[in-house]
Amino acid sequence: MATQKEVLIDPIFNNNPIALQVLGICSALAVTINMATTLVMCLAVIFVTTMSNLSVSLLRNRIPTNIRIIVQMTIIASLVIVVDEVLKAVAYDISKSLSVFVGLIITNCIVMGRAEAFAMQNGPWLSALDGFGNALGYSVILIGVALIREPLGSGTLLGYEILPTVANGGWYLPNGMLLLAPSAFFIIGFFIWAIRAWKSDQVEEPEYEIAANAQYKEAM
Amino acid sequence: MAEEMRKGLNKDGLTNTFLIAVFLCLICSILVSGLAVSLKPMQLLNKELDQKKNILRAAGMLEAGSDVGADGRTVEQMFADFNVRAVNLDSGEYTDFAVGYDPIRAAADSTVSIGLSEDDDIATIGRRENVSLVFIKTNETGIDKVVIPVRGFGLWGTLYGYLALENDLSTIAGLGFYQHKETPGLGGEVDNPKWKQGWQGVQLYDDGGQPAVDLVKLRSPANSDASRYEVDALSGATFTTRGVKNLVNFWAGDLGFGPFLQKLKTQQMQASVGEQH
Repeated sequence: MATQKEVLIDPIFNNNPIALQVLGICSALAVTINMATTLVMCLAVIFVTTMSNLSVSLLRNRIPTNIRIIVQMTIIASLVIVVDEVLKAVAYDISKSLSVFVGLIITNCIVMGRAEAFAMQNGPWLSALDGFGNALGYSVILIGVALIREPLGSGTLLGYEILPTVANGGWYLPNGMLLLAPSAFFIIGFFIWAIRAWKSDQVEEPEYEIAANAQYKEAM
Repeated sequence: MAEEMRKGLNKDGLTNTFLIAVFLCLICSILVSGLAVSLKPMQLLNKELDQKKNILRAAGMLEAGSDVGADGRTVEQMFADFNVRAVNLDSGEYTDFAVGYDPIRAAADSTVSIGLSEDDDIATIGRRENVSLVFIKTNETGIDKVVIPVRGFGLWGTLYGYLALENDLSTIAGLGFYQHKETPGLGGEVDNPKWKQGWQGVQLYDDGGQPAVDLVKLRSPANSDASRYEVDALSGATFTTRGVKNLVNFWAGDLGFGPFLQKLKTQQMQASVGEQH
């Protein structure tokens, strides 16, 4: 049985949902252009994952096996709508820039994955911790990506200018690539590299080996 | 059945499956709809405030990303200078309108809009509403600025924005889009403040009263007649550029706000003649 500390801390670096399981990439690419939307997205995912794990765990002995996925989906979808409606009411500008990506938390594999893999087998307290921990792991990567993309892409952080751009009379020429989704792919790739260099047990066995080049003699 | 009774309610039995499904759907729907209804007023307020900001930005009274004007007035205070009126686009006359009237939604309703033929529909909007809104800023001497809503198709989708005119009803004071799907860095440069500045002072109508705005790769020599109607094209965004040009000319034209602006101009002239006598 996993301890509370393991359940909470492990997903941050040892078993990170983005870096090790490579889940939830879609929103990690889309919302990390600036820090403000990233932070709101992280809070939304933390809320949804924690609450969905808690509710699924509370109902786990009553949920019929045949319809368990739909039951989980219904719970997750309701929570996501709650978040979306609240954002529209209290943080309209941010909800506008997050656009569909709040709604798409429903399809974030991390939420569904934790409900099915953990909350269906564990008690409410441990499940809530697990949901919180996994969302935290997701957030760590997202915040890391935004920390690179916003300053280099637009010269600001949380809207405050830190690298004065040429357009505003400074010296920094913003890199437009970092405003586009593919840049996040590269950054996440570098993160995965860094984490695996640090924790080498995460390196996977190669599935196949490329054959050595044909020898000079064989080719004759 | 008997076995089921002995174990209590079987988790995977038909009864429990139905019970859980109905119970869960009820709880979730009550939760979601209750929240949606209770937050609706706040969301509507936010939406209205957002539109007001867009109008003020087009009129050059509010910086992008800022919530207060240069003189420290809030959005609501600045918007109080504006008079919101509904206009019948065909006749150019003011009409009555209900609170919360949405011209864009009206354009989808065939009873209060007209379909446009391919030749007329240069902005590619499909249908045009019969009644739209104008936002008129007045000062002591009369009209100061007029802001009209504009929209049209760019490359990936429809651009929605506001066009602000100076008090001569022919000089452009500003153009701003609040919603579009153009490519960031190319067509998305319609949001570039520097490019938007280029719209200030551009003439909307030629001497014959026809909308004549043009987006060009190479500007005509300064002070030439043609340069009065010219704005820089967006490099690498031919379709967006064409879309913006067409939508401005469409909404300034006969099918857009042309008749209304013409009428307003005549009234202005009569008023100033009356004063001189």
